[in-house]
Amino acid sequence: METTTVASAASTIPLQAYLVLAAVLFCTGVWGLINSRNAVRVLMSIELMLNAVNINLMAFSDYLDGQLIRGQVFTIFVITVAAAEAAVGLAILLSLYRNRDTVDMERFNLLRW
Amino acid sequence: MTIASTTQLICFVVLSVTLVLGALGVVLLPNIVYSAFLLGGVFLSVAGLYLMLNASFVAAAQVLVYVGAVNVLILFAIMLVNKKENLAAIPGLGLRRLLSGAVCGGLFLLLIRVAFTTPWPLPGPAAVGEEATIRIGEHLFSDYLLPFELASVLLLMSMIGAIVLARRDVLSTDVITGELVDQGLIEKERTPLLLEKSPR
Repeated sequence: METTTVASAASTIPLQAYLVLAAVLFCTGVWGLINSRNAVRVLMSIELMLNAVNINLMAFSDYLDGQLIRGQVFTIFVITVAAAEAAVGLAILLSLYRNRDTVDMERFNLLRW
Repeated sequence: MTIASTTQLICFVVLSVTLVLGALGVVLLPNIVYSAFLLGGVFLSVAGLYLMLNASFVAAAQVLVYVGAVNVLILFAIMLVNKKENLAAIPGLGLRRLLSGAVCGGLFLLLIRVAFTTPWPLPGPAAVGEEATIRIGEHLFSDYLLPFELASVLLLMSMIGAIVLARRDVLSTDVITGELVDQGLIEKERTPLLLEKSPR
């Protein structure tokens, strides 16, 4: 079994391809975050943005920091925080739905002055 | 990963197309159940990208946490709040969409410019490949030990917080005095508390 220590710079895919892909994903997430009426879809857009950031971290970790893969460690922390965020966010959403009987973002105006 | 360059390219193109189309579907589809399932597809293709970036452990964590936990949680939330409601029309919604689309397009162009004009120090050091899991373990128990422990505390806090926020029943008796608590204040016959009290 051969050890697979391929220099990533020799790979056919440039670093910029990953960055562009993450940018597309992030902008889609931002657009969905602004324009969604359904609160669950807002949470899904946040997950998209977090995944875009993770792709960036992983690409930098592989291409620029191949020995100390700090980007991968950060990605693990981001995944952890994202799981916690999803749990608490959905619990808040359930509580809101119980109080206001809707998931429409435009009607969550309790804190609007 | 030691795969041929053509295979690598094909994998990347397929994963990217799945990722972008899935993300657009998550944002744009009117039925939110389809959006949730497409979100699972997006998470899986991101895990595939991690595999191409020599990170098998993070790919496995992505599949386990995102597809296995977060996506299922979102599906459960959709089932719990799945009410057909006709959303009231808002004046200027189309204008708002166009404006936010323009802002997001500008942000995209900015990110593209940054990605292509920054002189990245390529080629970097050789990737560790399959040893990545060992390196992650060393990091987590040496120089990232404090964030690792804090993450466990954060998970415990969010678990308790989610339970407290989402549970419906209240204690019928006071814990200290043992007498009945006035439940009408807290939840009366499932009537929404704040429905008619909002100023608008």
